Amino acid sequence: MTAQPYRREGVTGKTVRFRFDGRDYEGLEGDTLASALLANGVRAVASSVKLGRPRGVYAAGCEEPNALVQIEEPFPEPMLQATTVELYDGLVATGLPGQGRLADRPDPARYDAVHAHCDVLVVGAGPAGIAAAGVAARAGGRVILADERPEPGGSLLGTTETLDGRPGREWAAEEVAALAALPEVRVLRRTTVVGHYDDNYVVAVERRTNHLGAAAPAEMARERVWRIRATRVVLATGGHERFVAFAGNDLPGVMLAGAARTYANHYRVLPGRRAVVFTTDDSAYAAALDLADAGVEIAAIADVRRAPGEAWAARCAERGIEVLTGYVVTAAKGEGEVSSVEIGPRGAGATREVAADLLLVSGGWTPVVHLFSQAGGTLRYDEGLGAFTPGETRQAVEAAGFARGVGGTGVRTLRACLEDGAEAGRRALAAAGFAVASGHRLPAAEEEPTAAPAEHLWLVEAGDYGTHFVDLQRDVTVADVLRATGAGLTSVEHVKRYTTAGTAHDQGKTSGLLTSGVVAHALGVDVAELGTTTFRAPYTPVSFAALAGRDRGPLHDPVRVTAMHEWHVARGALFENAGQWKRPWYYPRPGEDMEAAVLRECRAAREDVAAMDASTLGKIDVVGPDAAVFLDRLYTNMMSTLKVGSIRYGVMCRPDGMVFDDGTVIRLADDRFLVTTTTGNAAAVLDWMEEWLQTEWPDLRVHCTSVTEQWATVALVGPRSRAVLARLAPGLAVGNDSFPFMTWRDTEVAGIEARVCRISFSGELAYEINVSSWFGLALWEAVMASGEVTPYGTETMHVLRAEKGFPIVGQDTDGTVTPQDLGMEWIVSKKKADFIGKRSYARADTSRPDRKHLVGLLPEDPGVLLPEGAHLVETSALPEPPVPTLGFVTSSYRSAALGRTFALALVSGGRERVGERLYAPVGADLVPVTVTSHVLYDPEGARRDG
Amino acid sequence: MLLIPCPWCGPRDEAEFHYGGQAHVAYPEDPAALSDEEWARYLFFRDNPKGLFAERWSHTAGCRRWFNAVRDTATNEIHAVYRTGEPRPVIA
Repeated sequence: MTAQPYRREGVTGKTVRFRFDGRDYEGLEGDTLASALLANGVRAVASSVKLGRPRGVYAAGCEEPNALVQIEEPFPEPMLQATTVELYDGLVATGLPGQGRLADRPDPARYDAVHAHCDVLVVGAGPAGIAAAGVAARAGGRVILADERPEPGGSLLGTTETLDGRPGREWAAEEVAALAALPEVRVLRRTTVVGHYDDNYVVAVERRTNHLGAAAPAEMARERVWRIRATRVVLATGGHERFVAFAGNDLPGVMLAGAARTYANHYRVLPGRRAVVFTTDDSAYAAALDLADAGVEIAAIADVRRAPGEAWAARCAERGIEVLTGYVVTAAKGEGEVSSVEIGPRGAGATREVAADLLLVSGGWTPVVHLFSQAGGTLRYDEGLGAFTPGETRQAVEAAGFARGVGGTGVRTLRACLEDGAEAGRRALAAAGFAVASGHRLPAAEEEPTAAPAEHLWLVEAGDYGTHFVDLQRDVTVADVLRATGAGLTSVEHVKRYTTAGTAHDQGKTSGLLTSGVVAHALGVDVAELGTTTFRAPYTPVSFAALAGRDRGPLHDPVRVTAMHEWHVARGALFENAGQWKRPWYYPRPGEDMEAAVLRECRAAREDVAAMDASTLGKIDVVGPDAAVFLDRLYTNMMSTLKVGSIRYGVMCRPDGMVFDDGTVIRLADDRFLVTTTTGNAAAVLDWMEEWLQTEWPDLRVHCTSVTEQWATVALVGPRSRAVLARLAPGLAVGNDSFPFMTWRDTEVAGIEARVCRISFSGELAYEINVSSWFGLALWEAVMASGEVTPYGTETMHVLRAEKGFPIVGQDTDGTVTPQDLGMEWIVSKKKADFIGKRSYARADTSRPDRKHLVGLLPEDPGVLLPEGAHLVETSALPEPPVPTLGFVTSSYRSAALGRTFALALVSGGRERVGERLYAPVGADLVPVTVTSHVLYDPEGARRDG
Repeated sequence: MLLIPCPWCGPRDEAEFHYGGQAHVAYPEDPAALSDEEWARYLFFRDNPKGLFAERWSHTAGCRRWFNAVRDTATNEIHAVYRTGEPRPVIA
């Protein structure tokens, strides 16, 4: 345990204990990890990603490029900035070499999301933001004020400025508390607005319990995503200070001047003992004087300008601080941290070395225009600022305060920011439709010295630019940028990609404009015409956990189960996902593996009697006087000729002629059909029907309703299915003549009102028994009661249908397959004048002889199971790549009925290849296979009538 | 995320809608009468303008109705929405 040698004298507070890089330290409540480390004299916090150079705290907020840490305890989290980690008891962290480690355990925290609407969203609770929110809120507007820090005040937190004669920080706290008490105002602290999208859709992330460490209540969301739709947005996002490229500008001890000021004033920490200040504008003088007042010796101020602000120069003279005008820092020197600073006249001249452990840099301030740019706003270069400021935008958003570049000299003036914010708040609320009275009282700010113009200096010229860093986090130097421009790159976007400058997780907050400046310098052009790279969301890194919110684990996606689900579970079924549905895959008996179970289930269906839960098939009621006309247009075959009481199989295609879905159509009445779809396409088919009815054929009097979940369906399959059905439905004439194939009957099955359809997806005698899904389980239990019916799952269903050559849309087809390719020429009507897809069958492409046809494959070794997706080639040895492929395996199974393996495949000109030997490259082997018809079992259809 | 003014329901989040591509591409009166090229143009060719574009949307998670919108593809601004079957409004 050590004292806090760099804590300002007389500071008291609650002690917080933490551990960093294996050592125990103490900090104070209210510290960030960065300020606590500085208080303990820890200078090198991390090391750089490419060069491994030691790096210290550079900034005091989310713009920090250097001080990257990994939280180890209480829960591992990588790549946080020490400047934004609030200190808590028990925090254990390590400095990172530019890259973190993912947590090695599941995150126990919960994350959630909230939608919100408001008249005015104000981003940033600094002087301008508070003023804007104050005007809008007091006029009755619904206002959200979001700020990334634990307490409001923004830039006021880092200065000693007063408002109404008291510290600005106190004013901010009181004003925001007063606003938060208004009924229509919501103040979001620790909330970073990370994305600004179309129509003022704004995404923010609130860190609710991160700062509490182990004391965080488990029931409270750790982070919350706010999805805000705002009528107007005011961006009062302030500015980020930038640095200057000079030799060794990455050494620990080099720090942004404004950040040092914040550490001294807000965190009561001295970032060093003896400092040199290097500046291009007046703002660093305020920092130098505050630090001098706090006890830091200011060895010299090197000001690149000939004429600094007179008032500031006078104040320095009063304190005996040497101001060197026309001077630059040529190098920061030291072993692992700054021990001296080399300064000299700009351009040429004798340099001298000044002993110092701190070097404060201000290369000017850049308005934070990220969100404005994300929202589609243009940026324009402001000569006075030497930075880009918000220009035009079509969105209902405006920037206020320093984010808009108020002041124009790069020095933020408090009074101007307050007034600008109030005006923006007034405009925003008026634009949102409110009557806003004038006369909002703003607090009185002190007189501020008139700022002298800044001089925009991007780099200090030197012979060797190897340690002139422009992007600290990416280890990009001026030398790297010159390499890019030397290679002929003239766009900052290209230089960014070539050097990676600005692509680190700080997203170039301190380096973006500096990179542009250095490129402009190298090319001898103006920064204004060069522009900046595009700003993209997120403004700061967002954890995946926050984005996932509650949509993880069992809540990731809705799960749909059938009425019989609990029976399947109790029977030990394994399940397969079919879209959101859980379908029984197979029902292994004790000691059975999948292969054994599926062969047994297949045998039961082909030789005895078996049943499957087919409830997940999509079912759509198509009703209306024009229903038959409508289905004639949708299906390739004729549906209007279907008799009431009968069933027809149909295929639906897209206008390009490719198969989209298949299923059966049941005619219930002249004006009523029940259409079944594949399980996965149920919603798509309903959408398809609606699209055509609404957009092309609004004259057709047809209504379509999904009834998938209203019906439970049991497929009863096998030579003995008729006998089982006869026993369950004594009122039903089950004979082949009275109840022929492809007809349906309404009856009672096991005492339940049922519709029984003679449909077969296996080639066997089979029935599909449909009942209200309320009675689905009762029906299933009745079917299973005698113990003679074998339950089977989707794997067996697949094997049975594949043996018969029935394709599965989406498995044996992929959107490039016509019904003719599938060997179903017979289902494409020649009689109908038109149907969706018909014209495409006259296209040259759909009659090409080398189209892929659905065929069967028999591996020459009947024990070899081909992997689905395996390609097929003509030759027994592979030629040099690219290897011409004839097609690929779409389905592959072991067949009990065939006593061997088999496969279905799409093969170029496949029907002409029946009998040919092809080869499937599998791993290092070429597996020989014989092409056959796709119908491998009972090709004459002898089994369907039992 | 766009705020799309459904002509039946009012402004709703884009997440409630499905996009339907270019509007006013009618299914040909008599496909059989078209040349292969004319049919291919109907099947495969769509405009891709920078600027105003009449396109179809379906409010799938709402009223489930199709409608048309004129959107500026460069700014995402929706200038007009109108019901299926209505002519494309003239936008100055």
